[in-house]
Amino acid sequence: MSDMQDYNSSLDNVESRKFETFSYLPQMDAAAIRTQIQYIVDKGWNPSVEHTEPANATGSYWYMWKLPMFGESNVDNILAELEACHKAHPQNHVRLLGLDNFAQCAGTSMIIFRGQPK
Amino acid sequence: MAVKKYDAGVKEYRETYWDPDYTPKDTDILACFKVTPQAGVPREEVAAAVAAESSTGTWTTVWTDLLTDLDHYKGRAYAIEDVPGDDTCFYAFVAYPIDLFEEGSVVNVLTSLVGNVFGFKALRMLRLEDIRFPIAYVMTCNGPPHGIQVERDIMNKYGRPMLGCTIKPKLGLSAKNYGRACYEGLRGGLDFTKDDENVNSQPFMRWKQRFDFVMEAIVKAEAETGERKGHYLNVTAPSADEMMKRAEYARDIGAPIIMHDYLTGGFAANTQLARWCRDNGVLLHIHRAMHAVLDRNPHHGIHFRVLTKVLRLSGGDHLHSGTVVGKLEGDRDATLGWIDIMRDSYVKEDRSRGIFFDQDWGSMPGVIPVASGGIHVWHMPALVNIFGDDSVLQFGGGTLGHPWGNAAGAAANRVAVEACVQARNEGRELEKEGKDILTNAAKSSPELKMAMETWKEIKFEFDTVDKLDVAHK
Repeated sequence: MSDMQDYNSSLDNVESRKFETFSYLPQMDAAAIRTQIQYIVDKGWNPSVEHTEPANATGSYWYMWKLPMFGESNVDNILAELEACHKAHPQNHVRLLGLDNFAQCAGTSMIIFRGQPK
Repeated sequence: MAVKKYDAGVKEYRETYWDPDYTPKDTDILACFKVTPQAGVPREEVAAAVAAESSTGTWTTVWTDLLTDLDHYKGRAYAIEDVPGDDTCFYAFVAYPIDLFEEGSVVNVLTSLVGNVFGFKALRMLRLEDIRFPIAYVMTCNGPPHGIQVERDIMNKYGRPMLGCTIKPKLGLSAKNYGRACYEGLRGGLDFTKDDENVNSQPFMRWKQRFDFVMEAIVKAEAETGERKGHYLNVTAPSADEMMKRAEYARDIGAPIIMHDYLTGGFAANTQLARWCRDNGVLLHIHRAMHAVLDRNPHHGIHFRVLTKVLRLSGGDHLHSGTVVGKLEGDRDATLGWIDIMRDSYVKEDRSRGIFFDQDWGSMPGVIPVASGGIHVWHMPALVNIFGDDSVLQFGGGTLGHPWGNAAGAAANRVAVEACVQARNEGRELEKEGKDILTNAAKSSPELKMAMETWKEIKFEFDTVDKLDVAHK
């Protein structure tokens, strides 16, 4: 058993909370995040920034940061809104969605800033 | 108006049922059969016999034929084609008027199209290759209870394939031990765990205890991970009443998804359950036990693309599709064909994928293909490439067989799928660069590293039995 590794996860440990897609990978660096945002743009999806208090992360609705950025294709502008949301709500989780208006469903959703869990 | 007179006796089928000048109507149900005739029987006569025996005809003329307008109701063989690379058989195309069939009943359509005709003596073998359901008929069917987008919103899963795991051993676990296996997989990062198809309500584990313990596992794993989880509670039962009883209990305890075996359980029961699932907001996972009995022989039976269409009409949110790369049979191009049939709203005729007709699904929801059977973490790059995001990748042994247990096995698969999605989004070629992508991801995941070491030698390289006919050339 000595070479077997325990799976360290519990109700007590807030680090066990995950955030769906990409939350099992290490935090992406800035270049990697840019590439994923470019993918959303290339898919023709509408970027949308949302945030929430960590305690309320499991519901369907997080707070929208402004409105979805319909037709926005400039990665810098999208990054700037993510930063602005994070600055205004430094304790909160911030995620970026790509809204697919043809499927009427998010094409993707990924956590960009992890808030301070309590 | 032409008057017909009664003339008793046996007529050649082709006099009535072979009509090469017929232009199929937009409302006709069209079928493509692969026909292997007895020696010496002309193709037109056999094709006409198939049309007759699967619609209005019988072996002799009867006076009551003249009480109706047979020209309105009869099926017509309207075309014959060679099968590429196989002289023992040919394709016969048959058009059936929509008025032959009860609305919204795949039971009725199949009872005609694959009924008595399959035992017909003039045939050595017969295979139903494809059906074109006209949009007029599609609109009479209930279809999938929810569909892909609704399931994503219910489960909060976006931008990646979902991950599942069938609990093993298939049979013999107690309910509490079974719930433990589910809990470990879900807390490790799976979206779903699954009852095996033959888990119903046996003496070693009755359904109610299984449902209760599994639900406890889901609730705790959700609280622990902050993510939404489900388990396909198998409600397949000896009778439809019993099936409904189990489905209602699953709903009452808050289960997001249940499961049914649509072939062994039966199409009527499946349609009933699918309608109930829509009314009750419960997702429906469909398993396909018995399909290989029907679809594996290249010359006899029903092709899986037909069974796929039938399921989409009868109703189901998930359907097992084969994996291409795992332990179970499945030609790659043919599999891509029936995956399109599950998910797309319009599928074009494409003989290179074995699709014989254009198929318009209108606004009928799509079905999520489930890849399951002998797959492990090394298959992940190929699976993400083949199936894309709208799929469930299901690793049974490939989760539970991890040397450190289910949670570690689940985490390994979750890291692998996310790494593959990230790489794909970056424009990398998954099947070519798969090893690099996984190796890099394993640097920060000891669970993935261990999984890669455990399964690196396992391959399933047997030739496919049922190949597409174009591949025979």
